[in-house]
Amino acid sequence: MMTKAAVSKVRPGSAPKAGSSAGAVAVSIDASGLETRELNDRLRELLLSGAKRVEISHVCGQRYIGTRLYTPERHLMEIDIRGTAGNDLAAFLSGHKITVEGNAQDGVGNTMDSGEVVVRGRAGDVLGFSMRGGEIYVRDGCGYRAALHMKDCEGKRPVLVVGGGAQDFLGEYMAGGVVIILDRDGESHESSFMGTGMHGGVIYLRGTARVDQVGAQVEISPADEADRELIEEYVSRYLDRFPEVDMTKDEIMASPFVRLTPRSKRPYSGLYAY
Amino acid sequence: MRSFVFPEFEIIRDEERCGSCRGCERQCALGTHAYDPVADRLVSDDRKCAGCQRCVIFCPQKAIVVRPSPSFYRPNASWSREKIEDLKRQAETGGVLLTGCGSDKPFRIYWDHILLNASQVTNPSIDPLREPMELRTFLGRKPEMLEISREGKEVEIKTELYPNLTVETPILFSAMSFGAISYNAFKSLATAACRSGTYFNTGEGGLPREMRGEFGRCAIVQVASGRFGIDAEYLNVAQAVEIKVGQGAKPGIGGHLPGEKVSAAVAETRMIPQGTDAISPAPHHDIYSIEDLSTLITALKEATNYEKPISVKIAAVHNFAAIASGIVRAGADIIAIDGLRGGTGAAPKAIRDNVGIPTELAISSLDRRLREEGIRNRSSIIAAGGFRSSSDVIKAIALGADAVYIGSAALIAMGCTLCQKCYTGNCNWGICTQNPRLSGRLNVEIASQRLSNLISAWSHEIREMLGGMGINALESLRGNRDHLRGVGLYEWELDVLGIKGAGE
Repeated sequence: MMTKAAVSKVRPGSAPKAGSSAGAVAVSIDASGLETRELNDRLRELLLSGAKRVEISHVCGQRYIGTRLYTPERHLMEIDIRGTAGNDLAAFLSGHKITVEGNAQDGVGNTMDSGEVVVRGRAGDVLGFSMRGGEIYVRDGCGYRAALHMKDCEGKRPVLVVGGGAQDFLGEYMAGGVVIILDRDGESHESSFMGTGMHGGVIYLRGTARVDQVGAQVEISPADEADRELIEEYVSRYLDRFPEVDMTKDEIMASPFVRLTPRSKRPYSGLYAY
Repeated sequence: MRSFVFPEFEIIRDEERCGSCRGCERQCALGTHAYDPVADRLVSDDRKCAGCQRCVIFCPQKAIVVRPSPSFYRPNASWSREKIEDLKRQAETGGVLLTGCGSDKPFRIYWDHILLNASQVTNPSIDPLREPMELRTFLGRKPEMLEISREGKEVEIKTELYPNLTVETPILFSAMSFGAISYNAFKSLATAACRSGTYFNTGEGGLPREMRGEFGRCAIVQVASGRFGIDAEYLNVAQAVEIKVGQGAKPGIGGHLPGEKVSAAVAETRMIPQGTDAISPAPHHDIYSIEDLSTLITALKEATNYEKPISVKIAAVHNFAAIASGIVRAGADIIAIDGLRGGTGAAPKAIRDNVGIPTELAISSLDRRLREEGIRNRSSIIAAGGFRSSSDVIKAIALGADAVYIGSAALIAMGCTLCQKCYTGNCNWGICTQNPRLSGRLNVEIASQRLSNLISAWSHEIREMLGGMGINALESLRGNRDHLRGVGLYEWELDVLGIKGAGE
């Protein structure tokens, strides 16, 4: 069809391009002056020509990095971003591994399917929204509405680890997955409306949480042995990714943790006159 | 608590004809009919009857009649029987009234007040049996202009074209998710869409993996506020992606599939645990503005390599045309508007019957608004909500729609009788249920044939009506309000529709 031909003329298609410069396994892109779409065109071309590792320098707000990297053949690569990643980093991400040497803006890991995102800095609002697989590690804090409507299903459980604190509405409508907020600064969590409408999954907070900080559907309980084992495993992974963090695993684990879980898998049953 | 509500229906059994075969007992999942071995006869409990007529159609002896129960309260123009009984149900349960299907309230149906034109003497009519008639429709953004280069006999389009959906007739199946409807009903829609050169819409319940290879080529997949069943493959096997913001039957509110309906297969397709409520929040929590919507539209274009049109579906509400203008500017290639009579598997009755505006008025104001702003080419319009016949469809096209979505009409083709009990999950017709005993009643081959027959019949009728107007391509009728006239409408209604009164 005419339409198809014209489209593939300007967008990298699904077959590797002959004569592409990127035969090498590891390559770099200088993102200065590149529009979002141009940068993602380059990334896709590199993926299709077999690059396994790409370093992008001077990233300054370009969006959707990692989003256009799905292929039916499941080519995978590792991406190192230097600079500030723009909105929707790793949205719909399918298996790739992305590290940001810097901060990330809103929407990191939006509806992410699988893979790993590491942010050596801070992440903005709506972090891990509707994420349903893979892992996200944020060294410092994150903004509002993190982990909204995260979900899991058999054999696939997303994990979000945040080294700092989280703002209000953490885990709203949460339906699955694991969220660990390490609150490294040691200040108690001041966010409100945590877990409103929650009906699955679990949130672990280092420190404590008051009843007035969580939604009516949420139960607060101290983390038990099994919980602490799980937390410890992810704290180890967190520290592996951020060796610069000035706390040891034991120091982090020395604090109490609380667990936020939903009271019911069916928060709205009984609402209707059948 | 004893219920003070009348049975809705009355079951009349002709004992002479009844052979006590117990067929009705097996057909009714609501337990209306039961065999009394002592009396050797079937007895029916009117209270359990949903009025779906399954037992009536399947009774081999034609021994059953189900009709609205004739009991009445003292006649009262303000307190109708429905108002009294709804109130009683709420007094008995303290709950929100749920219902299914589109609104059944007597709002004006504008289709029935609009008449089509036909050619007489001049501009002769065309016989579609003899002449080619073009119904093929392209949905998606069109360029402002076409730059063409020509070298000798080689002609090339220089302008970058945008991805478009090609549909052979302007009728698509509206979003109905696997979970809301049964697997067999879902697969029947998919099968018929592929066979008839049109598309089905997955709704927000995902697309079962085993269907992706065969049916992706005629699928529009939805991304809704619950983000169920979405992975990169789901987005990429489809031909278009639709962001569902609103639905005509329940504008402004979310939805949830009750845990009872989340079977193992539904859970796997939605990618959630079995038995949990599948909750779709009222808004998308990553969309609080047109700019946010633009971000999601672009994210989906990125996720599909700019190869697929992105649609945004909204409910038609009071100021929606201004919002739609923003949606077009946000990058939507298609806008789907769902009007007042749009259907649903479950919605609060208060919302379904009181929120939104009629589809007919919505199509006209949206088309006009986008034309006035000079951006009509940037988005196609798919209208939804209450299309009952080919004449409704052709009138919608003349009012400015590019194509229509049919939901209830498609379900009726498969056997639905609009009993409005979809939310119980006990659909005796095997459509709106996850009970394998019930869904097994719907044969995919037969149901998809009925759907394809409907598409083919309506398409023929559209060709006939087009030919009668002296038009041989649907494209020439789009937004061509000169071919419409109103009867029995107020001035303001004619103005909103942009049509003249009959005889004018």
